[in-house]
Amino acid sequence: MLGELFYIFIFPGFVFLINFAWIAEFIDRKIYARLQNRVGPPWFQPVADFIKLLSKEDIVPAASNPKMFKIAPLFALASAITAFFYIPLWKADALFSFNGDVIVVLYLLTLPTLAFFIGGWYSTSLYSRIGSVRSLMQLFAYEVPLFMGILSSALLADTWSLREIAVFYTSHPYVWMFNLLGFAIALVSLLGKLEKVPFDIPEAETEVVAGGFTEYSGRMLAFLRMTLDVEMIVGSALLALVFFPFGLNLHPVIGFLIFIIKILFIISLISLLRTVVARLRMDQMINFCWKYLVPLALLQLLFNLTMKGMFFR
Amino acid sequence: MHNSKDFKIPIGPQHPALKEPEGFSVALKGEKILGVDIRLGYNHRGIEKAAEERTYIQDIYLIERVCGICSHSHSTCFIQAVEEIAGLAVPRRALYIRTIIGELERIHSHLLWLGVAGHEIGFDTLLMYSWRDREVVMDILASITGNRVNYGMNTIGGVRRDISPEQSQEILIALDILEERTKYYIEVATQESTIIKRLSGVGILSREDVLRLDAVGPTARASGVKRDVRADDPYAAYGELEFKVITDERCDVYGRTVVRVKELMESYKIIRQALKNLPDGPIAIKAPRKIPAGEALSRYEAPRGEDVHYVRANGTEKPDRVKVRAPTLANIQAVKHMLRDRYLADMPIVIAAIDPCFSCTDRLIALKEQESATGKIISWPALHAYSLEWYKKQGIDFTALNKKLSAKGLTG
Repeated sequence: MLGELFYIFIFPGFVFLINFAWIAEFIDRKIYARLQNRVGPPWFQPVADFIKLLSKEDIVPAASNPKMFKIAPLFALASAITAFFYIPLWKADALFSFNGDVIVVLYLLTLPTLAFFIGGWYSTSLYSRIGSVRSLMQLFAYEVPLFMGILSSALLADTWSLREIAVFYTSHPYVWMFNLLGFAIALVSLLGKLEKVPFDIPEAETEVVAGGFTEYSGRMLAFLRMTLDVEMIVGSALLALVFFPFGLNLHPVIGFLIFIIKILFIISLISLLRTVVARLRMDQMINFCWKYLVPLALLQLLFNLTMKGMFFR
Repeated sequence: MHNSKDFKIPIGPQHPALKEPEGFSVALKGEKILGVDIRLGYNHRGIEKAAEERTYIQDIYLIERVCGICSHSHSTCFIQAVEEIAGLAVPRRALYIRTIIGELERIHSHLLWLGVAGHEIGFDTLLMYSWRDREVVMDILASITGNRVNYGMNTIGGVRRDISPEQSQEILIALDILEERTKYYIEVATQESTIIKRLSGVGILSREDVLRLDAVGPTARASGVKRDVRADDPYAAYGELEFKVITDERCDVYGRTVVRVKELMESYKIIRQALKNLPDGPIAIKAPRKIPAGEALSRYEAPRGEDVHYVRANGTEKPDRVKVRAPTLANIQAVKHMLRDRYLADMPIVIAAIDPCFSCTDRLIALKEQESATGKIISWPALHAYSLEWYKKQGIDFTALNKKLSAKGLTG
């Protein structure tokens, strides 16, 4: 019981996760800045931003629905953190596990987007409404390839449980290399989920100011931003487990280091991708996801099905 | 333009996409733009009127501040008109120096535009890169003229500073760096698929529309209209220099990007020639304080398009009338046309593609009755009384303060 509470609140739960999220945000911003020939922020910038926002006034628009407006950021943060407890990190075991938790984790990662929509919609600002509708529209585009990419790996392991996936790939080393295409697809879809360039359409500042976040300020904005950071870690952890499931049966310290390296690798890829491309338009984004990502994901599924039929019966 | 039942979203007067205050009211259906209402007038500074109350020498500095980016364009354009009225024969060396500064200014303006365009389509890396390279030309301008913007180079009858051989060497070195960087941008613009996707087919303005709406500058040239004052009506040293007028047949924002980037290459060519053929001689002749009566219209190809100044002199040391037509005013009508049936996401880049400079364009405040098209002209005392009334309705009473001020003679 105490051990579980420690897991949830201290390590690798809440406290660790949030600190790691800040570090990840710093690394993301620093890489982005260095690639753009800028100096970039100092290491404590994300923490400083968070503290600053906490000390600012919370403004709730008069025309908004205050309950929904206030609850959405907390709801988003809570669901992103909850998803983390189902993902095996550096050993082939997680705090909670049951058959079907892959779906639950993906579902919990979808909830923040819905919460952003609700928060943006109920803040009733024009920019917020357009931005929040955009984030929903985008959801329908990237969610399918993301699910297909991740489930193709689960298909090969013949299980819907993340723990079983970890066990399978640990006992079949190098099989994860079959899923590299799936990883590429899931990574690009993750950019959509994290609302980063080229898929930062919902918060495109030159069009809709800050999209669904326009009316948020103070503490609630701090939580929204933290949600995005936590989502980045949880999304990367999920991708790391599903697509790079190695080093899970080593000594915990070495396993932990490998886990950190995997996450940082994925985060650097995200920073690199958002440096080299421009923002797409909504119609182009939907076209791109359905025309290219989904067929590629189908190809990966087909390949995995064949492999499974041939070798892993 | 559109009825009040549409979903209208305000872009401006304060909005992250706009660098200057400017009102766009966009009627939307989903993401699609049904219509746009443009409202100028948030940044009126009354420069034309102020110019009438100052001497010609003071006016140079005032006119230079019409625009921050194309300051040399406006001051040269104004001075050309004054020199024409006074009948001054400007030394050739001064004309060449004006040309060099004008082209350096074009380089810095186009690089700035490239960065802004990158930012508008969410490609901040391009912004950071092109603005870094813009520093090279800014440093050169600072070392020649002493200022990064508002160079203060022009004076009636010539220029105020000479370009020494060492400085011209400095310019040539900078040009080599810039040329190499520009080649890289051409490569980026022609190969990076997200840029091409976001820019091509957006903001279409056909050749006929350019002629009908009288667009100028790169906006017109990107639709295949060969319209460039430097070639059509050469001023300064352009008549003696070799250069191509860049045009493009794409008619969209991508074409405008290509035109601007290629124009950078032409600018390097022009500056190199001008430095090579820089004639000897004085850089200015003495101009009279009082300009004889007369009028003149002067044209200048600013980085954004054709700039027109009209000056009427009455024999005193102050002009009788100065009229400025900044290039943005000619292009702003085209924006409305270009936005028709496009998506909201295209709005920032389509506006940015004419390289707008709203504060140069602003010239009068027209008060309109809400929901009616008729305008109304209010005299100053009536406007004053109206504002007092308006604040009283908001619960703030300025009447007492106003009495105090008018007792001291501080209000109209």
